Amino acid sequence: MFLTVTLALLEGFLATLRLFVLTLLFALPLGLVISFGSMSKIQAIRLPIRFIIWVVRGTPLMLQLLVIYYGPGIILHTNVWGSGNGGRFIAALVAFVINYSCYFSEIYRGGIQSIPVGQYEAGQVLGMTKHQIFFKIVLLQVIKRIVPPISNEIITLVKDTSLARVIAVYEIIWEGQAFIKSAGIIWPLFYTGAFYLIFSGLLTVIFGKIEERLSYFR
Amino acid sequence: MSILEVSNLKKNFGSTRVLEGISFSMDEGEVLTIIGSSGSGKTTLLRCLNFLETPDSGVIKVKDDVLFDGSEQIRASEEEIRKKRLHFGLVFQSFNLFPQYTALQNVTLAPLLHFGDDPGKKAEIEKHAEELLGQMGLFDRMDNYPHELSGGQQQRVAIARALALKPDILCFDEPTSALDPELTGEVLKVIRNLAEKKTTMIIVTHEMSFAHDVSDKVIFMASGLIEESGTPEEVIDSPKNERTQQFLANYRKER
Ligand SMILES: Nc1ncnc2c1ncn2[C@@H]1O[C@H](COP(=O)(O)OP(=O)(O)OP(=O)(O)O)[C@@H](O)[C@H]1O
Ligand SMILES: [Mg+2]
Repeated sequence: MFLTVTLALLEGFLATLRLFVLTLLFALPLGLVISFGSMSKIQAIRLPIRFIIWVVRGTPLMLQLLVIYYGPGIILHTNVWGSGNGGRFIAALVAFVINYSCYFSEIYRGGIQSIPVGQYEAGQVLGMTKHQIFFKIVLLQVIKRIVPPISNEIITLVKDTSLARVIAVYEIIWEGQAFIKSAGIIWPLFYTGAFYLIFSGLLTVIFGKIEERLSYFR
Repeated sequence: MSILEVSNLKKNFGSTRVLEGISFSMDEGEVLTIIGSSGSGKTTLLRCLNFLETPDSGVIKVKDDVLFDGSEQIRASEEEIRKKRLHFGLVFQSFNLFPQYTALQNVTLAPLLHFGDDPGKKAEIEKHAEELLGQMGLFDRMDNYPHELSGGQQQRVAIARALALKPDILCFDEPTSALDPELTGEVLKVIRNLAEKKTTMIIVTHEMSFAHDVSDKVIFMASGLIEESGTPEEVIDSPKNERTQQFLANYRKER
């Protein structure tokens, strides 16, 4: 039994992991683009983007998942997500990327705006180009400031992936819960908890290391 | 021949008129000190010289090279401005060192980016930076990060950083105002040394006795205008202008 459960949970964990990795892969860079948009001098760019961020951060991810999965089908009368497990996974991924890129964008914005103008001006006075100022002076300082909030957000994402089950993406908790019905046992659910703990524990250690690496300056 | 000539420089921020027509000139190797009460436009003047602000009108000439002419229609490109501003260096009130670089790296960063492509040049830049930090009395502090240095040490690194690009004119905006009183001396001392070596400098300061000792020429600014200028003896010891007298009287009262 233990082996069967382990195998089933591993399969679920693979879906969880895939959702996690792909969300980060797309949302981390997309967040940067959105943050530049939200700081744009052009109102026609800045205001709509701020509005979208406000909506995405102000509503539950669960709701966004449902709307993104069912919305297109009901409004456009076509299934844009494709059929079966694959389709549901893509819909979940899109919802997660939108949600997380908005959260990341606000962290990036906070980080970039927290760099004092004096840093830019010192670079300018030394004849550096905008490009050099960003990459040689500002970037590392921004990274140092955003590592703690980004790592919090990423650890939240580990747990948020479980929401994907609301549109029947077979992630790990779904697999664990299945045993309640099929075998009348509860311990697989606790077992899924162990997966989460180990995974988020691992991430905590990694982010701790990164923070340590950046602690040589203030 | 004058190294710097500023004529009728004007600058507004929206409806606030900050510089209302500033004209002065200075010779190579001279030290010019600017005094004046808060809000008189001293910082804005230095920022215009360093192209951190664009004046609305007026002319800035360095060695007869016109760097800025407000009557020209075409604005200089970013690339041109970068070349032009290298005639000037600026030391900020709040140092603005780059925290992720050591003292030495702060000094070499810009020169290496500008000229460090060939290896011979690189060694030369590093040697020059070490010499400059040595002159600033920071020989044993070169590998420290800014947060490991006192304010006075940080400001001296900032001075070395500005000197590393060999500007024609080095500007200081209240270089000791952010420092604890016991640390101002060490910074003023290195500026004095630079003056002895005939470094051309423009210094905005509230340290009157320092201004008196170090300057060849003193300018008193009030509400965006030069009210009085002359030798330190003329302006600080026996000012003729009423506003200068009042400013200095207030200054002495505060002491
Ligand atoms: N970016 C800006 N936008 C609007 N107003 C500004 C700006 N920078 C400066 N000012 C205004 O210009 C005036 C002159 O400022 P400036 O900083 O040049 O004075 P200062 O002589 O250096 O004063 P202090 O001795 O306090 O440093 C002030 O009234 C200030 O409020
Ligand atoms: Mg000022």
